[in-house]
Amino acid sequence: MATRQYTSGNLQRKADFCVTYIPAKSGKIITTIHSKTAVLHESKLHDICSTTLSDLHISHGRLEVTDTGGQYFVLQARIEAVVKAANPKTMAESLPEFKKHAQYKSKADRFRRSRLYLPGNQAKLMLNAGIHKPDAIILDLEDSVVPSEKNTARLIVRNALQTLDFFGAERMVRINQGKTGLKDLEAVIPHNVHLILVPKVETAKQLIEVDEKIQAIRKDCGRKEPVFLMPILESASGILNSLEIAKASKNNVAIAIGLEDYTADIGVERTKQGRESLFARSQVVNAARSAGIQAIDTVFSDVNDEDALRESVREAKEIGFDGKGCIHPRQIKPIHEEFAPTEPEIEKAKKIVRAFDEAEAKGLGVVSLGSEMIDPPVVKRAQNTINLAVATGLVPKNWKRK
Amino acid sequence: MGQKLKLVKNAAGRKVPTLVNGVKAIPFKGVGRYSPKGVKAAPPIRSCNDYPSSGNKVVGSLKEALKKCGVKNGMTISNHHHFRNGDLMMNQVFDTAAKMGIKNLRWFPSASFPCHEPMIKHMESGVIHHIEGSLNGPLGNYASDGKMKGLAVLRSHGGRWQAIQDGEVHIDIAIIAAPTADPFGNCTGDRGPSACGLLGFGLADSLYADHVVVVTDNLVDFPCVPWQIQGNNVDHVVVLDKVGEPEKIVSGTTQITKSPDRLFIAELTAKFVKAAGIMQDGFSFQAGAGGTALAFAIYLRELMKEAGVKARFIRGGSTKYLVEMLEEGLTDFILDGQTFDLEGVRSMRENSGHINTSPFTSYNWHGKGNFASILDAVVLGATEVDVNFNANVVTHSDGQMLHGIGGWQNCLFSKCTILPIPSFRNRIPIIVDEVTTLVGPGELIDVIVTERGIAINPKREDLIKATKKSGLPIRKIEEIKEEVDDLVGAPLDKPEFTDEVVGVVKWVDGTVIDSIHKVKQ
Repeated sequence: MATRQYTSGNLQRKADFCVTYIPAKSGKIITTIHSKTAVLHESKLHDICSTTLSDLHISHGRLEVTDTGGQYFVLQARIEAVVKAANPKTMAESLPEFKKHAQYKSKADRFRRSRLYLPGNQAKLMLNAGIHKPDAIILDLEDSVVPSEKNTARLIVRNALQTLDFFGAERMVRINQGKTGLKDLEAVIPHNVHLILVPKVETAKQLIEVDEKIQAIRKDCGRKEPVFLMPILESASGILNSLEIAKASKNNVAIAIGLEDYTADIGVERTKQGRESLFARSQVVNAARSAGIQAIDTVFSDVNDEDALRESVREAKEIGFDGKGCIHPRQIKPIHEEFAPTEPEIEKAKKIVRAFDEAEAKGLGVVSLGSEMIDPPVVKRAQNTINLAVATGLVPKNWKRK
Repeated sequence: MGQKLKLVKNAAGRKVPTLVNGVKAIPFKGVGRYSPKGVKAAPPIRSCNDYPSSGNKVVGSLKEALKKCGVKNGMTISNHHHFRNGDLMMNQVFDTAAKMGIKNLRWFPSASFPCHEPMIKHMESGVIHHIEGSLNGPLGNYASDGKMKGLAVLRSHGGRWQAIQDGEVHIDIAIIAAPTADPFGNCTGDRGPSACGLLGFGLADSLYADHVVVVTDNLVDFPCVPWQIQGNNVDHVVVLDKVGEPEKIVSGTTQITKSPDRLFIAELTAKFVKAAGIMQDGFSFQAGAGGTALAFAIYLRELMKEAGVKARFIRGGSTKYLVEMLEEGLTDFILDGQTFDLEGVRSMRENSGHINTSPFTSYNWHGKGNFASILDAVVLGATEVDVNFNANVVTHSDGQMLHGIGGWQNCLFSKCTILPIPSFRNRIPIIVDEVTTLVGPGELIDVIVTERGIAINPKREDLIKATKKSGLPIRKIEEIKEEVDDLVGAPLDKPEFTDEVVGVVKWVDGTVIDSIHKVKQ
């Protein structure tokens, strides 16, 4: 009988690894490494292979590694994936060092204007993603990962969360639907993921199931910080249940809409004008506001059309959305610029915040601007406008002193 | 063969040979420390009565031309590289020499490209003894492996001119592929079915070679105007079906980058040029080939428009992006050294704002001044930079020769030299403790722009001061290095070098700044 072999990766992909493992019951480990840069990397490659195998308690068999220039944490993940494919019951893990720059926290009410989707099995795109300063980075395990790579992608994402610096961007993971999604949670929750995007949510029950699983994992791994949730509504049922879904968990910080699947579900073409989705998008905004969370618009997928992207962000802002999805770093700056408040909005907000400060200093319970009374939600919105203006560089941080 | 040579330490602390391919070589003495005296080399005296009074110098074939030039074993044959990867001439020239039974030739191109891979078979059969010129791709690997008989001598474009004028390299036969020529030998590159732009890199060859052969696929009646190479320096004219493929002059290095990280670096570089106060009315800059440098020009153009600033001149290679700036009135002139795309070729023909230059005007060490030092800023690439701002462009960290110097060394003399480079390639950090091969001394390199921050040479206190409050991510070079090392898992293994020398790198003044050794397999 031929010996089974397990492979993760493919030889064509640049800046990655392809790993094949042939288990054996006895004998030594034989590791073969093919690398064009062996003269620079050979000892470290061998090091990573032997440490990873030892973490996973593997002491027999053959490991063949082809290096096309990936990062070591990817090699580690691919080795773990083939070992686990051969031994599905193994609980052992091989983790890269949990770097200090991967340990920062997030906040429920932070900006989520831009969220950059990155395929979970393409670490190359993750390395510098934070440099482009998106509000959030989504390491995607769902639609951008082919089924054959799901198990490896989960480990690559886990290792990326351990080791990479995303320079302050919120660290998000989009999990798969159903049981695969629950497995995804086990891999990422202990590793300082800030927010989980739950795809294709149609009922509150689905979301609660995910939340409960997260709470169980948190308890097991002793994670104190909350894990925020962003359900994505991508069907007619999801839209109609949006309010219930938005209020289903206290960990919800936003709800998002996914228009590709939604338009397919209601049986229409997705158009540039977007009349077909106006109802759904308005519904999401209203559900979010009612639940006191953010509303996030769908992804804009034409990377080369910046004008259309800007137009689409302006429209999203008009409808009431707080953020937009993107798939290329080039889209981040236009999104931030279009979500930025206008000059008159900023001036008005400054007046309101100043009036609030004065009232507070005088110990007054009521804020007024001229003869107008200002309600607390208006003050909060003004403060948000200022924060947004500061984040976009339109107003200096110390604007009150100027 | 790699050669075991006696090595001495030069002023940069690098060990270099004092004899290169049988010619005495002077070790690098420091920037600006070496100015040889005496008289420049000269071509042999010729008289007009030795040439047809009809002015018709056309001969029947390449073979006939080579024969008339008296081709024989051990000669040096040169050419310009304006067709870049679309050159169809030089493989034919050496095929012809091979058929004629000639051996031990030295090929002295102003640059070589992957299309010249067939030269390997000529080196193996002994037709070519060795190449002195940039070695890319397959030729680079061949030489790095110590298979070439002579040492690779890597020179800058200006250094090539200097070597000819110093008599260090004597050209026996110069081959000048010309997109348009007349029977007298006047020729130009800016028109004809194979138009490639300039022929400036063939100018020195036309002036100093014993024999000059112009090869064209577009023979026009005398006079060919404008002419870039003067027929009075030409011995023979050969007409062939096709001399080059101009669509291939747009090689990999002349396309704009699509990488978001490199675009980001290009944008940071443009912002730096503005913040440092360099971008002022009447300023000048040069952005070389390479995707990031091209993108830099695009970002700078936007900043110039916003600020209403106009440049006096931009040094090309012309590209369609620079041409657009000329057409929009953002610069008075483009000073062309070569041409990187067909839009550049068209504009050069039609727009009088293009000024034809050559390595003599722009780069030559033995000129009475040159244009490179007048530039306010130059944006260049590098394969490695060390914490002392020394840079490498010819080898990679694995010790293999992969790139030519081009005008890179010459450009370092601009008022502000900026290297926009990614901080790592795959798992190889670009900022290192010490460059594998020293090509540019750190004292001439002012700014490194990476996606993880901008490092300014501590010697440039003026730039540090000017950009202090710019909001740009100015960081210490060591700090960026540490961050990247952590990301890619450095330190790396060091390639082990044998004591066999396979090449030398010349400094702009003709001294030897470093040597390249064969890597232990």
